[in-house]
Amino acid sequence: MIELENITKIYRMGKVEVPALRGVTLNIEQGEMVAIIGASGSGKSTLMNIIGCLDKPTLGTYLLEGADVSRLNDNKLAEIRSKKLGFVFQDYNLLSRASAAANVELPLVYGGGGNRHKRALEALERVGLAGRSNHRPTELSGGEQQRVAIARALINNPSVILADEPTGNLDSASTDEIVSIFRQLNQEGITVVIVTHEMDIAQQTRRIIRLYDGKVASDEKTAVSRGDKA
Amino acid sequence: MKFIEFFKIAVQSLLSNKLRSALTMLGMIIGVGSVIILMSVGAGLQNMITSTFEELGTNLLMVQPANPEAPGIAAMAPGYATASITLDDVEAIERVRSVTGIVPANENFVKLKVGNEETTAVIHGSNSDYQRVYGFEMASGQFISEVNLARRDMVVVIGSKVAEDLFGDDDPVGQQVRIRDKRFTIIGVLAPRGLSMFGFSWDELVVTPITTYQARLFSQKTPSGEDAVQSISVQVTSAEVMDEVKEEIENILRRRHKIDEGEDDDFSVLSMEQMLGTFETITLALTVFLGMIGAISLLVGSIGIMNIMLVSVTERTREIGLRKAIGAKRRDILMQFLLEAAMLSLVGGAIGLAIAWGVSWGVSQIDLGGFTINAVVSPLIVTVAVLVSVFIGLASGIYPAMRAAGLNPIDALHYG
Repeated sequence: MIELENITKIYRMGKVEVPALRGVTLNIEQGEMVAIIGASGSGKSTLMNIIGCLDKPTLGTYLLEGADVSRLNDNKLAEIRSKKLGFVFQDYNLLSRASAAANVELPLVYGGGGNRHKRALEALERVGLAGRSNHRPTELSGGEQQRVAIARALINNPSVILADEPTGNLDSASTDEIVSIFRQLNQEGITVVIVTHEMDIAQQTRRIIRLYDGKVASDEKTAVSRGDKA
Repeated sequence: MKFIEFFKIAVQSLLSNKLRSALTMLGMIIGVGSVIILMSVGAGLQNMITSTFEELGTNLLMVQPANPEAPGIAAMAPGYATASITLDDVEAIERVRSVTGIVPANENFVKLKVGNEETTAVIHGSNSDYQRVYGFEMASGQFISEVNLARRDMVVVIGSKVAEDLFGDDDPVGQQVRIRDKRFTIIGVLAPRGLSMFGFSWDELVVTPITTYQARLFSQKTPSGEDAVQSISVQVTSAEVMDEVKEEIENILRRRHKIDEGEDDDFSVLSMEQMLGTFETITLALTVFLGMIGAISLLVGSIGIMNIMLVSVTERTREIGLRKAIGAKRRDILMQFLLEAAMLSLVGGAIGLAIAWGVSWGVSQIDLGGFTINAVVSPLIVTVAVLVSVFIGLASGIYPAMRAAGLNPIDALHYG
C-alpha cells in the first residue's frame, strides 16, 4: 500500500545542502498500524510529510496504492491528500470559529461529496463525540479536540491515517483514549501511521520503525502484533 | 458548489472580525460614496444647465458687440465691448433666409412706482418677436406690437411678480406705472415662469419697445451716433442651418461695419449650442476634477483592503496550511481570499452607494432660490460603482490571495 524505494530528501538552506532522509526503503501494508520513532532531527517528520504527500522526495520513488506519487504536481498531490489520506496533528488545527461538525466537514469542501452534515455526525460518533457536534473547539477538552480532528481525518474514508505526535499535547488519560481510537480504527481495516517520540505509544502499535540520521535504523514487530498481551 | 462554500467561509471570516471589517469597509464607503455624490450632483448641474438652454431653444444665435482689441473672452465682457450693433444691423439680419425671428434687447435695472408701491425690475427694450422667441405666455392683456414699436409708445408688458408687487390681486392691464419719472401704460402681464439658471427671475421682467427704451429711458449710441443694440437673439428654422446662418450674419455685419479680411470683428455670433457646449465643458471638467478627488479616497480604501487582507493571511497561516493539508488546491485558497476581499469592497461600495443615494436625494430637495439641482443616481452610476467596487476588491485582494495560495502547507502548519 505504501512502498518507499530509496527515498532521499535534501533541503537546501542557501548554499548548504541538508540531507533529511538518506535512502529510506520500506513497505507498509494495508491494515498495518505503524509507529515511526526517532530523535528530533532523525527525519521522522520529513518522512511523514512525504508519506502524507505534503512534500516530494528529492530522489527515490513512492508508490501509494500502486501509483507513483513522487513526481506529481501540487494540485495532484492535493487531490490525493483529499481522497486517500487523513491527517491528525499534534495541536489539532481546528478552526476555532467553526463547530465540531463544521470542522469535520471541512475536507468535503475540497474533496466534494454530499450528505456532509450526516457524514460528519457519523464520523463524530465513531470517535465517541456524538453529542458534541455543535460545540466549538474552545468548549472542548484537548482530548475531545483531538477526537474531532480524528473524525475530520476519517470523513473522506481514507486508506491511511497519518498522525504527527497526536498525543503530544495531551494528558495520559486523553492519550489512552486517542490511542485506543486509533487501534479501533485499525481493527476496522484502516492503515494507521503514527509519528511519535513516546515509546509507550509506539509499543501499542504493531510495528515500530526507528529512524536515525535520515535512515531506517530498525524495523520491528511489537509485542502487540506477536499476539502477546499488550 | 465550492463557490457557495467559499462564500460562507468569507462571510464567517469577515463576521469574526466585525470591527476590523467595518473599518476596512469605511474606506470603500467614503470612496464610493463621495465619487457617486460628486458624479450625481455634477450630472444634476449639467442637466439643469442643459434644460435651461433647451427651454430657450437650441436654435438660437446670439449676436453681441465685442471689442476687437480685448484679449480672448474679455472681448465679450460688457465693460470692454464697444457699442457697435445698430437697429439697422437687426433689419439686415432679419432678411437672412432661415431666420424665423430676431429679437434685439437692451437691458437695465429700473424702479417702478405705482402710487406708494415701488419695486425693482430688469427692463428689456425689445420688439414683438420677443414673446414668441423666448416662449412667453400672456397672463392677461397683450404683448407689445410692431405698431407700438413704430410709434415709440409709452407701453410696457410686466412680469407676474412685478404685477403682484405693484398691484396685488388687481388686474394691472390699463394701469399706469412710473419708470424714471415717465408714465407708461401697462398693456399686458406675462404668465409666471419661475427662475432661469443663474437665479435670474423671468417673472421680474418689464418689456418695452426698444425704440421707446432708446428714446425715453436709456439712450445708448454707437461711436457714429446711431442707436446701439446690446444684443440680438436670432431664431433660425432648425439646428441644421445654424452654421450657415451664423456665417451669413458674420458676413453681413463685417460688410456693414466695414471690417476687412484679416481684421478682428467688433461683434461676436454665438450659437446656443456653442454656449451650452462651453457650459457643459466647464461642468464636465468640474465633475471630473471632483470625481478624481473621490477616486483618491477610493485608492486609499483599496490600500486599506489590501493591508487588512495581508494581515488576515498572516494571521490565518496555520488555517491555510490545514486547508491545504486536507486537500485544498492553490486555486481554492486563492478564490477564498479573493472572494473575501471582493466582499469587503462590494459591501462597502453598496453601503457607500446607499448613503450617496440618500445624500443626492437630499441635495435635490434643497431649494437654491427657486430652482433645484436634480442630482440623479442613474443606473449607469450604480453599475459603474458596483463594477469599480468589485474591481478594487479583486485588485487589492490578488496579491494577498496569491501569497496565501503560494504558502507551503508544511511551513504554514508549523507557523507561529
